[in-house]
Parts: sequence; C-alpha cells; structure tokens
Amino acid sequence: MENKKKKSEFSKYPIEDKTILIIGYILLGLFVVAIILPMVYIILASFIDPVTLQNKGLTFDFSKWTLTAYERVLGNTQIWVGFKNALIYSVLFTVISVVVTLLAAYPMSRPDFKGKGFFNTIFVITMFFGGGLIPTYLLISNLGMLDTIWAILIPGAFSVWNMIIARTYYMGIPRDLQEAAEIDGANEMVYFFQILLPVCTPIIATISMWQFVGMWNSYFDAMIYLNSASKQPLQLVLRSILIQSQPEPGMVSDMQSTAERAQLAELLKYATIIISSLPLMIMYPFFQKYFDNGIMAGAVKG
Amino acid sequence: MGKASGNTASVSESSKLHNLLVYMKQHWQLYVLFILPAFLLTIIFRYIPMGGILIAFMEYNPIRGILGSEWVGMDHFARFLSSPDFMRYLMNTLKLSVFGLLWGFPIPILLAFLLNRILSTKTKQRIQLVLYMPNFISVIVLCGIVRILLSPTGMINSLFGTQTNFMTMPSAFRTIYIASGIWQGAGWASIIYTAALSNASKELKEAAVIDGANIIQQIKAVEWPAIKDTVLIQFIMSVGNIMSIGFEKAYALQTDLNLSSSEIISTYVYKKGLLDGDYGFSTAVGLFNTVINVILLISMNKIVQRMNEGKGI
Repeated sequence: MENKKKKSEFSKYPIEDKTILIIGYILLGLFVVAIILPMVYIILASFIDPVTLQNKGLTFDFSKWTLTAYERVLGNTQIWVGFKNALIYSVLFTVISVVVTLLAAYPMSRPDFKGKGFFNTIFVITMFFGGGLIPTYLLISNLGMLDTIWAILIPGAFSVWNMIIARTYYMGIPRDLQEAAEIDGANEMVYFFQILLPVCTPIIATISMWQFVGMWNSYFDAMIYLNSASKQPLQLVLRSILIQSQPEPGMVSDMQSTAERAQLAELLKYATIIISSLPLMIMYPFFQKYFDNGIMAGAVKG
Repeated sequence: MGKASGNTASVSESSKLHNLLVYMKQHWQLYVLFILPAFLLTIIFRYIPMGGILIAFMEYNPIRGILGSEWVGMDHFARFLSSPDFMRYLMNTLKLSVFGLLWGFPIPILLAFLLNRILSTKTKQRIQLVLYMPNFISVIVLCGIVRILLSPTGMINSLFGTQTNFMTMPSAFRTIYIASGIWQGAGWASIIYTAALSNASKELKEAAVIDGANIIQQIKAVEWPAIKDTVLIQFIMSVGNIMSIGFEKAYALQTDLNLSSSEIISTYVYKKGLLDGDYGFSTAVGLFNTVINVILLISMNKIVQRMNEGKGI
C-alpha cells in the first residue's frame, strides 16, 4: 500500500527530475555501501584462519573458519582490564563533569546574577587560549597527579562549551517557574534541584552521552599521564594491538615461528576491532536521539 | 565634604559595592556552591598553565623549576622558525586541515540534500542509522581499520591484486587521513543540515511544486535559502579551527616512513616535549600554534560580525 503511494509520487516527477533523483539515490547508495563494506569485510575476516587470510583473503570455505582470534582476545586479561578501566573512567568523568557543568550554568543563566560578565570572560578565554601541552603536564606532575586516575578525571571536568549549552537550555525554561518557587520561599538549591533539573533531562542526557563517549574513545590523556599497565583504559590496550602491532603478552607467544606470530597478530586485530566496537555500536541506536538534541542545542548557539 | 560633584561618583561606587555585597550575601549559594567548583578548576587547570608559558622563553630545568631556570629570550622561537623543519610541519598542518576542509565540508551538505529527497521515512531513518554509525568508532579503532584495510595483504590490495604498503607512503598520508575522516564524520556532520532542511517551509515548497518548479529550481528557491546561514556559520567555524587540527588521529596514522607528510605541529610538540624532554622548545612551538589559531579565530569572528550586523559568534 505504502509502496504503491511512493511509486505514484515518484512517477509524478518530470523526466529530468527523475534523472537527477536516480543519480542522487545512486550517490547515496554508494556512500552507504562504502560505510558498510569495510565493516562487513572485517567481521568476515575476523573468523578466518590467519594463514588463509594472508594468502587468499576472504573465503567461504567454512573449514578454514575459526574462532581462535576471539578466544585469544577474550581470553586475555589486559583487554578486560582495559574495558573495566574505561568503564570506571567514563562513568566517573561523566558524573563529575556533568555535575560541575550543570551547577556552573545555573548562575550564568540568571539575568540578575552579579559577576556574570566577569565569570563569562574568565571561562570563554579558555576556549581559545591555553598554556599548551608542557605547562599543563608540568602542573599535573607538580600536583602529584601523574599515574593517578585524577589526572584523567579532573583537569578537563569543566566544559565551557557544555556550560553554554546548558545555560541556553535553562534560559528557555519559563521564568514563572522560578518566580512561583521564590514566592513559595524556595531557596536556590531547592529551586535548582527540585524544579529546574527535572525539566532539563533532555539536555542532561545529551551532555552526559557526549562526555561518556568522549572519554571512552580518547587516548591522549591516558597515554601521557598513566604509566601502569593496570590503569590503562581500553583505547591504550587497543593502541598497542592495532597501531603498534604489539599484541598483549600471551596472545601470540605460544606460536613457534615469527611468521606465524605475525599472521596471528594480524588476525587478532580484526577480532579486537569487533569486540571493542560492539558495545557502543549496539547501544548507539538507543541514545541517538539525545545526540541529535545536542547538535541542535549547539546549532542554536552557533 | 561630599558636596563636590566629583564625590558623587565615589559615593555611587561605594553604594554599588555595598549593593554587590548585599546581593552576594543574599545569594551566597550561587557563588559558593554553584560557580566555585568550575571557577577553581578553570583557574588551576587553565590559567596556571598559561603562566607556564614562560617556559617558552627559558632553558627549562625540571629540577630547578621556573624560578631557577635560565632565561633565553626568543631563542627557541628563532631556532624553530629558522629550522628547515618549521616550514614542512607548518605546511603539513595547513595542508591537512585546508584540504580536509575543502573535501570534507561539501559532502555533508550533499548528503543532507540527498536524504531530504527520500520519500519513505522508514528508508530515510535506516540510511541515517548507517550514516551516523562510524561516528561512534574511536580514533584508535578507526586508524586500526584503516591500517588493516590498507596493509599489503588487506582488503584494498586484494581487490586490486596488488601489494602496495600505503601506510609507508608519504604521498598517501593526506588522502588516507581525509578520506577516513569523511568516512567517519560526513554522515554525522549532515545532521545539522538535515535539521535545517526540515525547517524549510512546507508551504513554500508545495507552492513551488504547484508552480511547476523542477528539483533544481526547488533547491535554489526553497532549500538552499533554508540552510544558507547554517552552512555559512559552519564554514566560518571550521576556518577558525584550521590550526587546531587534532593530535590523536594524526599520531595514530603515523609510521616511521610517512613522517615527511604526517608530522604536524601538535605531534611535533608532543615528541619534542614529552619524548625528548625539550620542554622550553616544545612550549614555544605550541605557543606559536596557539597564537596563529587565536589570530584566525579573531579575524573570522570579525568577518561574522560584519556579515551579521554586529553580532559575533
């Protein structure tokens, strides 16, 4: 039924428009294929025997298929340490960052707040100018935060950009709510926590997602500030497997020849990519709408 | 006393101060509970490092600290600006972001126009789901994917029956960087245009269709005007960020053999500073980059102000 309607809608177009549309659909189709193809290739390749994969590429001879890469990656403790650390860092960072940012955005959203200009200048300057890598590193080092979880969680906790987005959102909440609360004798804390925050859940969800995914996917701070293997987040473990081609100890060491080890290390990359991307890939369709909201919030400001 | 007109100013000054203190006392929670944490974090982790920029003018010795190290004035800047590497790293940085912008900027707009022409909402949503997906892959995994697909035995080479090692070719680096960036980000970047397009007045569009406007005319008369402002602002913001091209991806795509095109200022700052321990020099190079970036941003903001009747970003 719906199909028929579409067809008739399409056939309404004049011939030159049809040509444009068809070219357009083909372009879009190519883009979609270009996105899916590498993913499918990696999924398939991750199941194939390393020697066959290196010599012949993909094969549908299922006798050459194996789960060895998954067994070796999942059987390795460092991957799990990475997952655990990434989860801890991302959750804690999200909580700290969202709390600090939402709190700061509230006074900045009030028209009567005295000192708004001062704070605004102080905050906005940091969006454009900073001390840079070495001065920041030396500060973290002098504070004794090197190789501690705090070096990852605290310095970037306050996000000016997110504060601006939250502030814009607060300002869209009708003032009557606040006036009503003031007449009822509610103080700032009561108004903020019991009246304002509950109506701001969409923007809170959005900022939380951003911070979580941002922390989950980054590696730079962890690379420069953390040394202990036991503190490495997932991305650093992935970096040694995928980028430096140095599988974790135990993943390939039982292989006899160097060539075998190299082939297996290559195969492990495919399985590692699948295993490490799966959680976000599965979850993303469910929280996609929060990201959309956030993009719109950013656009309003932009 | 207090009769002279000159004193009224100071009286009102002091009453202003008084008002401020009364306000702060009444609303102390706003200052102490709400804004103080963010303020402290900003001062400690953003402003104190700005003071550390002094290192750029010193032969910094970690044991002696800032107070005990020797001043060298502009020596580090002179050394960097006169070294043959300077031009190369600057050009690598600029080329990577300028070409990235030229190739990467139009594609999301095109995608939004194409998505807007899909008649079935369901199909559109499915396509969007696929287009947005790569955005959630981390930099490391993206670069891992790129490396295995382009390896001598990877997908690309087995498609063409060749054994080229792209990751070791300096001439291939920029293409790899930009193409993988489009692969990952173009769909996501199209969201903002898709939204602007869906705000294009339905009535206007229907009127255009009734008037017999073809697709090209509809785009010109209805759709382009609807997204023009968004396109402009996105473009200006991207130009303003040209020097702040990220460290993470460039570093993860570097190999010893492609450095002649893949070494950019941010990766150089990292290597010089944290790997070689040349703190002063590294800070100077970073500062140089920041200053160019600030200049770019300020001039872009001026341009926006002029076009936007005095309102900056």
